Amino acid sequence: MSSNTLTAAEASGPHKPAAGFEGDRHDNTVGGAVRGYVNKLRAGDLGALPAILGIVVLGILFTVLRPDTFLTPLNLSNLLVQSTPIIVLAMGLVFVLLLGEIDLSAGVVSGVCSAVLAQLLVQVGVAWPIAVLAAIATGAVIGVFTGSLVGMVGIPSFVVTLALFLGFQGVTLRIIGQGGTVPVREPVIRALANENVPVTIGWILAVVVAVSYAAFELWRWRSQQSRGLAHQPLVLVVARIVLIAAVVFGVTALLSVDRALAAAIDLAGIPYAVPLVVVLLLVLTFVLSRTTFGRHIYAVGGNAEAARRAGINVTRIRVLAFVISSSLAAISGILATSRLSSVTPDAGAGNTLLYAVGAAVIGGTSLFGGRGKARDAVLGGLVIAIIANGLGLLGVAAYLNFVITGGVLLLAASVDALARRRAATARR
Amino acid sequence: MSAPDQRTTTPTLERPTLSLRGVNKSFGAVQVLHDVHLDVYPGTVTALVGDNGAGKSTLIKSIAGIHPIDSGTVEFEGEPVQLNGPRDAARLGIEVVYQDLALADNLDVVQNMFLGRERKRGILLDEASMEEAARDTLAKLSVRTLKSVRQLVSSLSGGQRQTVAIAKAVLWESKLVILDEPTAALGVAQTRQVLDLVRRLADTGHAVVFITHNMVDVFEVADRVAALYLGRVAADVPISEVDRTQVIELITSGRSGELGLAPDALED
Repeated sequence: MSSNTLTAAEASGPHKPAAGFEGDRHDNTVGGAVRGYVNKLRAGDLGALPAILGIVVLGILFTVLRPDTFLTPLNLSNLLVQSTPIIVLAMGLVFVLLLGEIDLSAGVVSGVCSAVLAQLLVQVGVAWPIAVLAAIATGAVIGVFTGSLVGMVGIPSFVVTLALFLGFQGVTLRIIGQGGTVPVREPVIRALANENVPVTIGWILAVVVAVSYAAFELWRWRSQQSRGLAHQPLVLVVARIVLIAAVVFGVTALLSVDRALAAAIDLAGIPYAVPLVVVLLLVLTFVLSRTTFGRHIYAVGGNAEAARRAGINVTRIRVLAFVISSSLAAISGILATSRLSSVTPDAGAGNTLLYAVGAAVIGGTSLFGGRGKARDAVLGGLVIAIIANGLGLLGVAAYLNFVITGGVLLLAASVDALARRRAATARR
Repeated sequence: MSAPDQRTTTPTLERPTLSLRGVNKSFGAVQVLHDVHLDVYPGTVTALVGDNGAGKSTLIKSIAGIHPIDSGTVEFEGEPVQLNGPRDAARLGIEVVYQDLALADNLDVVQNMFLGRERKRGILLDEASMEEAARDTLAKLSVRTLKSVRQLVSSLSGGQRQTVAIAKAVLWESKLVILDEPTAALGVAQTRQVLDLVRRLADTGHAVVFITHNMVDVFEVADRVAALYLGRVAADVPISEVDRTQVIELITSGRSGELGLAPDALED
């Protein structure tokens, strides 16, 4: 294999005689890219593969087991809406996990923030934008507190957030009041998970997303290629564009079907929560991959000492990661509030956090830090939502639901740990 | 010692890049550096040798600004300077490649080389220009062993990692590069690569300080040798004026014939 690649490089790159880097040239072939990917898998970096396999396998499994109910537009739209609070919470956790830290309090922080939102809307009667901003600000302030305890005081994040996990449940209880459930009827908040983007606008959004993605990818490929930088083969870029476009249009088409059970009602379109998640995905992906801050998050997670010596303010990065985690937890809480149209005293407790951590890890984010992407939260969150939704359709006893979800998280964590070991031994 | 004559330049006529005069450093009651005099010249590899505990690490950390000196003067290119922090050293063009290399395994070669000093366009990282600059620097150092500058550092061999760490130091228009035992954990072929790289660093005009315990490496690549003995500079001489036995004597006893510390210098 290596002799092939060598001759290919010699044949294709006579214009740069002295330099090495033959890989930067021969990777331009599909064969080279495929080999590179296989090597990556063998070195233990599975990327999105487990999550995509999970979505496909679980999808087929539940379709076979519940052919009448699982693969219907109504159920799939429910599934997507169910997944959004998990995904957003997991997106925040990705930032913390990238540093090799953990935020066990993210779930209950989402509960505190939704309690703040609900009481501001219901008791104080403020307009929804103010309530939303207050909820997110609450999350950010909590993040500063948590991040300072971890980054400045130096308490392990596991202990800090375990303590806060307990403490914040008390705070939610205090805000909501004993035994009470605060119903949220504010139309805009309710609409997030319960109303749909008009079908035409949904299609326009889908086209805009697909076309901008294609344009961006092609432009990047073009500029990398013309400047002689490392780049993927065009075929792969196009294949990825086609795949993304297919998913975007497929989901849009599915959600544009009238899925109302009663003929008199018109129920079609993408739930508002879905484009919100897409926007968050784009923004966070941008932050992680195109900004200095994102680069420094990876650096601190990969080698904190190296980052410190490179002049990176490691404490600041740690605090900011917790601020992002808690702020996204607040948004997750708002989505959950919208879905339930109410806030309960135990909001965000129970399995909320477990689901989100599971989502991030299944999606490919490492618990050991340094590896992860915003999209991991989306893919893993879908896997978790499919499990929860499918088990619900099967009418599985509640205890089994807990056992199975816990088992899936353990499985994902095992894959992560084994991948890490493989990566360590793969080094020559 | 195959061709020592070519390396025996007349550095005394040149202005040293770095010049230490009477440098002292203590940690509490323990005086680690005593009255250190050291000159480091551009285009020259100075091997810094000494036994464990002789003060090599403290000396380079003082030069790097991590352990500011207690007394004495430091001149950089003829100007007296204060080195009170790593940033002071970096601003002057002093780069240290520590033994642990300080690379992030999960980032690629380009990302590591620019870590902490990323090039930006607006708020965006300027990946294209960083990749080009990284490739240029590696090519200038005639590094041919890397398959891709977009390879993750975790996939590199020990010698390649050392290469990346050195290239990272060179990227910053550094004038003085200090290498802390760069060949310590390497095999024969990789040691060869790194020594070649050290030589090229000097040939491209850098002043290089090269810490090592390996006498073969010293005579292979160094132009000058500075031996530390119990925190004092026992000798700072052109490599052509000493042989291996003398260097070992300087390391182990601080003296070798005419060279080295006066017997009474160690009394205090």
